[in-house]
Amino acid sequence: MHLILFALFAALCLAGAVNLLFQTHPINSALSLIVVMTSLAVLYLLLGAEFLAAAQVIVYAGAIMVLFTFVVMLLNAGREERTLGSRAYWAVGFPAVAVLLAILATVVLHIQGLGSAAFGDSLSNQPGQTNLEQLSQVLFTNLLLPFEVTSVLILVAILGAVALARHTEPERTVGK
Amino acid sequence: MTILQFFLWSLLKIIVVVVVFLLGVAYTVLLERKLVGRIQNRWGPSRVGPFGLLQPLVDGAKSFLKEDIIPSAVNRPLYLFAPVIALGCALISIGVVPFGSTAVNGPGGFHFFEIADINIGLLVILGITSIGVYGIALAGWASNNKYSLLGSLRASAQLVSYELALGLSLVGVVLRAGSLNLREIVENQSKHGILSWNLFGGFQFVAFFIYLMAAYAETNRSPFDLPEAESELAAGYHTEYSSMKFAMFFMAEYGNMINVGCVATLLFLGGWTSPFGNLIPLPQSFILQALLPIFWFTLKVFSFLFLYVWVRGTLPRFRYDQLMNFGWCYLMPLAILNIVATSLWLAYK
Repeated sequence: MHLILFALFAALCLAGAVNLLFQTHPINSALSLIVVMTSLAVLYLLLGAEFLAAAQVIVYAGAIMVLFTFVVMLLNAGREERTLGSRAYWAVGFPAVAVLLAILATVVLHIQGLGSAAFGDSLSNQPGQTNLEQLSQVLFTNLLLPFEVTSVLILVAILGAVALARHTEPERTVGK
Repeated sequence: MTILQFFLWSLLKIIVVVVVFLLGVAYTVLLERKLVGRIQNRWGPSRVGPFGLLQPLVDGAKSFLKEDIIPSAVNRPLYLFAPVIALGCALISIGVVPFGSTAVNGPGGFHFFEIADINIGLLVILGITSIGVYGIALAGWASNNKYSLLGSLRASAQLVSYELALGLSLVGVVLRAGSLNLREIVENQSKHGILSWNLFGGFQFVAFFIYLMAAYAETNRSPFDLPEAESELAAGYHTEYSSMKFAMFFMAEYGNMINVGCVATLLFLGGWTSPFGNLIPLPQSFILQALLPIFWFTLKVFSFLFLYVWVRGTLPRFRYDQLMNFGWCYLMPLAILNIVATSLWLAYK
């Protein structure tokens, strides 16, 4: 049952990703990205990481992609110009991708083999505990410093965005 | 219980719940028309059936029989898909809502009064709500009409802004229950009837107020119904939709109202538990034990819907900048303060 669902949603995910590249209209690409995100959420769910799956849907599919589509609609972006690319790209790009995939596949198979993945070593798989409790325990004990530092990083990004978008002339204040 | 039995039982539950839900949607429309009528000192629908009770059926038949006009310049696939997303998301949310007592179980811990018991139930509802935005956003964009586009832009901005306040207002409740499972959140408030509800005993009335405001904005209802403000945008995102497609948006809106009412009931009003707690002894009969919780649940959701309509009949519409200001400058800081206060109180206790 898990294998069937995995195959189904992995295929959907890949189809979405390929469709994302081949669509010429930005809205269609954005929608394909949403398909990729939600199928990834289902894959997380199959791994037993239900909190991560929900966060994936809420944050990526529900918030970030809404902003993407919002901007595409607001700017009314037109169709993309399609170029065939230079011959050098075709000659170098495809073999490079093939080599990269082969290396990745070898490494992953070497470490783990063909089989179902366990949900990380950091989480204790006690039966009475929910996923959320385990995750928060790890986040707020072992990984406390990186977790808090990440929030500072996000704060810096927000401040940067505000500084970039701020009006320079003081007399042109909006909303007064 | 074998897999086949489980599958058949689940299918039965889904069918019953969806039929009841859609009936609820139809009669919420009637409730709104009747109530707003009385608020405006007129009768409301009263011709079809006794007290106009058959009006929703006739409305449904009318939407089915109307001519379905698709403008020629629309983006056809997205134009057709948008109402499906809107209605689909409204229908899925109800699947994780427990609406009856947990004491009445079938063989093998099978739950009769809930389609799926998920330990992140609350997050699932939030996730589906956030996907539901696409229905509105795509409808406006695919219609190729500037009123629709403006409506859907307003809707996306409003929904993303208020989702923040909505999510944050629920954190206090989750902190108190220590779980995201809707069933456990309800059981956490079931000890002393109305006194242990999160709204009163849990001191979450600030959170409830924030949730109420954010929920009105999330469902595009008055006083925050700017995406379909008829005085400036014709009908907003569904201007170009007719016949059953329009009806699907309409049903999605009222379905979302019911969903929001269910979540408010579960999180703040003690879910299916009786407001009198143990003052009234539990009835002996098995059927009454099963039906009484459903009665309380329905009553609570009904009063929430009543409040919705009452607000619509009373308050004028906000201006758009006021709406955004209110969400970001008042509701969100208030929600964060509520989280801090609740955590401090829990730590102190």
